[in-house]
Amino acid sequence: MSFESKEQAEGYWKENLKIMLKLLAVWFVVSYGCGILFIDQLNEITFMGFKLGFWFAQQGAMYVFIALIFIYVKQMNNLDKKYNVEE
Amino acid sequence: MDVQVLTYIIVGLTFAMYIGIAIWARAGSTKEFYVAGGGVPPVMNGMATAADWMSAASFISLAGIVSFTGSDGLVYLLGWTGGYVLLALCMVPYLRKFGKFTVPDFIGDRYYSDTARIVAVVCAIFICFTYIAGQMRGVGVVFSRFLEVEIETGVVIGMAVVFFYAVLGGMKGITYTQVAQYCVLIFAFMVPAIFISVMMTGNAIPQIGFGSEMVDGSGYLLAKLDGLSQELGFGAYTEGRKSTLDVFCITGALMIGTAGLPHVIVRFFTVPKVKDSRISAGWTLVFIGIMYTTIPALSSFARVNMIETINGPTVQMQDGSKVYGQGTSYADAPSWIKNWEKTGLITFDDKNGDGKMFYSGDERNEMKIDRDIMVLANPEIADLPAWVIALVAAGGLAAALSTSAGLLLVISTSVSHDLMKKTLRPDISDKQELMWARGAAAAGIVMAGYFGINPPGFVAAVVAFAFGLAASSLFPAIIMGIFSKKMNKEGAIAGMITGLLFTATYIIYFKFVNPTGNKPENWLFGISPEGIGTIGMLVNFGTAFVVSKMTGDVPQDVVNMVESIRVPKGAGAAHDH
Repeated sequence: MSFESKEQAEGYWKENLKIMLKLLAVWFVVSYGCGILFIDQLNEITFMGFKLGFWFAQQGAMYVFIALIFIYVKQMNNLDKKYNVEE
Repeated sequence: MDVQVLTYIIVGLTFAMYIGIAIWARAGSTKEFYVAGGGVPPVMNGMATAADWMSAASFISLAGIVSFTGSDGLVYLLGWTGGYVLLALCMVPYLRKFGKFTVPDFIGDRYYSDTARIVAVVCAIFICFTYIAGQMRGVGVVFSRFLEVEIETGVVIGMAVVFFYAVLGGMKGITYTQVAQYCVLIFAFMVPAIFISVMMTGNAIPQIGFGSEMVDGSGYLLAKLDGLSQELGFGAYTEGRKSTLDVFCITGALMIGTAGLPHVIVRFFTVPKVKDSRISAGWTLVFIGIMYTTIPALSSFARVNMIETINGPTVQMQDGSKVYGQGTSYADAPSWIKNWEKTGLITFDDKNGDGKMFYSGDERNEMKIDRDIMVLANPEIADLPAWVIALVAAGGLAAALSTSAGLLLVISTSVSHDLMKKTLRPDISDKQELMWARGAAAAGIVMAGYFGINPPGFVAAVVAFAFGLAASSLFPAIIMGIFSKKMNKEGAIAGMITGLLFTATYIIYFKFVNPTGNKPENWLFGISPEGIGTIGMLVNFGTAFVVSKMTGDVPQDVVNMVESIRVPKGAGAAHDH
């Protein structure tokens, strides 16, 4: 094992899961929330010439998806460094 | 020069390039054949994965589907991009750390069972065949329309090219060819989109253009499209027609299915480190996103253009009211209508005998327009220069070829590695294994070509199958394998089999046994066969959980393996190209 102790290994995995779940929550909200469940309510709002719900479903959610992966990469790289398990 | 000569030149040049790359990047060992030696730089892998993923269906059909379904098209746009978030966050880094070649490898080792491995192999092969038949068909359509050869000849040429670089180069050859194919296909997709966006809205960025006002002063594009659609009896373009629960489940099945597709997952085994696999998933989505955010823009441009070409322009009156076109003379129809009529993808039936074409969603309709022609016909509808039309043909071919090659690789790996080496004949040498891989790729191409020439009528129907199966079988098994140390082989196998049976039975019943009953009122909770994979996934998770509680423990060495894949340090050494 590359960790100094069992606690370290558990700590790393816990923080890893926390990062993942937070980002997945955002993923769920923009796609299923804004793009599907609340699309009709959001369509009442106009945004840059679009109905907002329609924009989320056909544009916005995809931009957020990309951002989420890059944020994940950054946070995980920091975490790897913190626990000294980077390659 | 006329369109056809230009098309021959551009398609010829791109094919020569693919073959040149294949000769340069031949594979020497099984590791190079399966995962390109694990030494592909992350940005390049991202590009190759994007080309692998964006198939003939994405390039040729998707804009048409969104164009014809309006708001409900979101299921594909979100479903086929959102899955990459799941891949990047929950699967890719761990599978890269695991460090072997295939998805069945992971499932077989993690669940210490050849039965589990074989269930995974069967799923993988079935999913890939479903997919590849459609690709070869796409090649045939492009050839027959733009190069005016028979569909059969087109399919054979396509087969020959893929055969050459997939069999020779394996994953290494495929990866570098896919990078080139991505460049060709994205250029071919963006050029007409930008042209049309400038012509209609004065904005060079299609993503912004389709929210803008029209240059001819007829107001916001989407508002105009809503007006037109309602007038013609289609319902507003920006409002959905499917039930919310069904949209939710279809999007889910496509997302989860994407994350369970073997030809996508295996691409992330090709990068040097765990760190690289994470960022590579990000680049993949950037490269896919360029096209997928353009698609909805193109869809609405194409819709307005097509309706106004056929029905005649909308006239804005002094008092602000609108007078919609009432049809245009068939005798003076633009050449694209005549061209596509020859392929049978557009038909005109002059019901009221006035010699005018009219397109609508109600009983006044006189046109039948296949949605698959929207992207290919778009440059002609918008009257763009001939070289743009030629470019689109080359792009469609690039999309179809790159995806076929990726799928073939999974088929050949499944046979040579998972079936022969790991199950039936463990004593074969590396060289013999490579021969099996090449032989299986060759056999795969011949079968794909056969389906391309004699397309089974169910191609469209089985797409739901591929995603439903991936979502209900492979995805849960992989996720539980990474995130649970307690999931044992009994649980995983029971889960895969029940998920698979549930989903397959539902789809087969409504698509093949009782297609006339395929209506919302007969569906379970109103969920269509396209969306049932989401429920199948839940069935899989539930069964696996219950069965694993009632059966034995996971062996200690497997627990150690799970612990080791959770940490990046120590992924197997890669070698440079």
